[in-house]
Amino acid sequence: MKSLWGPGSSPQSFFLRLVTFAAAAVSMLLIAFLVLYILVMGVPHITPSLFELSYTSENVSLVPAFINTVSITFFTLLIAAPLGILAAVWLAEYAKRGSRLVKAVRLAAETLSGIPSIVYGLFGMLMFVGFFKWRLSLIAGAFTLAVMVLPLIMRTTEESLMSVPDTFREGSFGLGAGKLRTVFFIVLPSAMPGILAGVILATGRIMGETAALIYTAGTKPEFNWNVFESARTLAVHMYVLSGEGLHVNQTYATAVVLLILVIGVNSLSAWLAKKIAGEQNG
Amino acid sequence: MKEKAMQYVFTVTACICILCVALICLFLFVNGLPAIAKIGPLSFLAGVQWRPGNGLYGIAPMILGSVYVTAGAIVTGVPIGVLTAVFMARFCPKRLHDFLQSAISLMAGVPSVIYGFFGLVVMVPAFTFMFGAGKSILTASVLLGFMILPTIISVSETAIRAVPDSYYEGALALGATHERSVYFAVLPAARSGVMAGVILGIGRSIGETMAVIMVAGNQTLMPVSLLQGVRTLTTNIVMDMGYAADLHREALIATGVVLFVFVLIINTLFSLAKRGRV
Repeated sequence: MKSLWGPGSSPQSFFLRLVTFAAAAVSMLLIAFLVLYILVMGVPHITPSLFELSYTSENVSLVPAFINTVSITFFTLLIAAPLGILAAVWLAEYAKRGSRLVKAVRLAAETLSGIPSIVYGLFGMLMFVGFFKWRLSLIAGAFTLAVMVLPLIMRTTEESLMSVPDTFREGSFGLGAGKLRTVFFIVLPSAMPGILAGVILATGRIMGETAALIYTAGTKPEFNWNVFESARTLAVHMYVLSGEGLHVNQTYATAVVLLILVIGVNSLSAWLAKKIAGEQNG
Repeated sequence: MKEKAMQYVFTVTACICILCVALICLFLFVNGLPAIAKIGPLSFLAGVQWRPGNGLYGIAPMILGSVYVTAGAIVTGVPIGVLTAVFMARFCPKRLHDFLQSAISLMAGVPSVIYGFFGLVVMVPAFTFMFGAGKSILTASVLLGFMILPTIISVSETAIRAVPDSYYEGALALGATHERSVYFAVLPAARSGVMAGVILGIGRSIGETMAVIMVAGNQTLMPVSLLQGVRTLTTNIVMDMGYAADLHREALIATGVVLFVFVLIINTLFSLAKRGRV
């Protein structure tokens, strides 16, 4: 007899299948709605005045904020990338598995990656803005974000170092190279795409960050060559605009630019990571 | 010689992580604890009124606010997230899976200020229309539930996929349908991994600031209704820090200390769950 609920099935199984499909559909509809809504509302308001070189309270130009975002990203990575990569090299190549120090470093990195960004913001405000007397400045923001993305870079770098086959290292040792030479000329170059994917992922987080920056880098909407001046990034700009509520259309347009930027950066990272995975399997 | 020197360099950089954690603890505690002592631990943690102008610094409303919106996020986010993870791990064809995977990583990458803005322009008017209150615990909970979806989905999916196929096959061999095998044999076996995902989600939502501040209303009253505006620990810091001075400012840092302690507890639970002990 053919069952009402599908082949070999029962009401319970039918119900389970139904809720599973429904939940997946809800997840997908939510994200599709968010992205489409921002695009539909924002794209028509992307006007040339939004891209004027200097910010005024009439044009609410996002160019200075964009330049600030780029420079804060640059400084953050300048600090965090070398530190994160070297630390990962130690974890993957030098450290004895299971030693006390390794455990402590891993625990610290795990703790750091669980700390909410507002706590980083408070810390940055107390240490870089207050204690070091850098005031609200781009560089204080960059240092704060560097602490924040450090565990991310460490973890992704360590993973890609681990995926370099041991035969590479053995071959290099066999040819008479030392440990250091092997690490820098054999292991790191082979792991480069994975490391890059991690660094780009960190870039995505830096660009989208707000809470850690408001009280470290501040909200000054102009661009300044001096890194000890307050600087507003695109995400902070977006928050301030929506808080003011005076330029709703421009806020939508700014949201589009920010969203596309972050999605672009994240896809680049995902694409790199996928490429490596493909190479390893093929 | 050079080898040895570089090895020290590597070791020292690795220790920077430990240094960072130590510095964060140091700066937060040194600046926050005196305020707690000055206000009195009991009237700080259990005080129901936050009126810096009158010297009243009770953060009980914010602690409750954080707990409520986090609980709300779990109630809305976890069922959808876990079911979606089950769908991705056991119900969907490969090509659809690739598509879903990229949609979810996209979701994970959207900055919180965009989620907040979306909440402000879409959810707040919609909730005002439906329930008569726009900026409320309910709105913040639903928005947070939405934001923690990618975390819960990806951690749960990994956990479900890690269950040996023999569980599923065994259930099938005993005559269970595909759905029953997945829900009554595979999913219970992935319990601790799913739990880890949920705890990670709790950590995310208790620490979320910008999205909450835009949709929660930020009143400092004791939260008594779902439709009431609320201020959480995180948003309290951002709302007042701009103009706070002296004890008020220190009380905000102390709020950060309380949040930090909450997060440390959640992190510990997370690593226990990952090892399958919760």
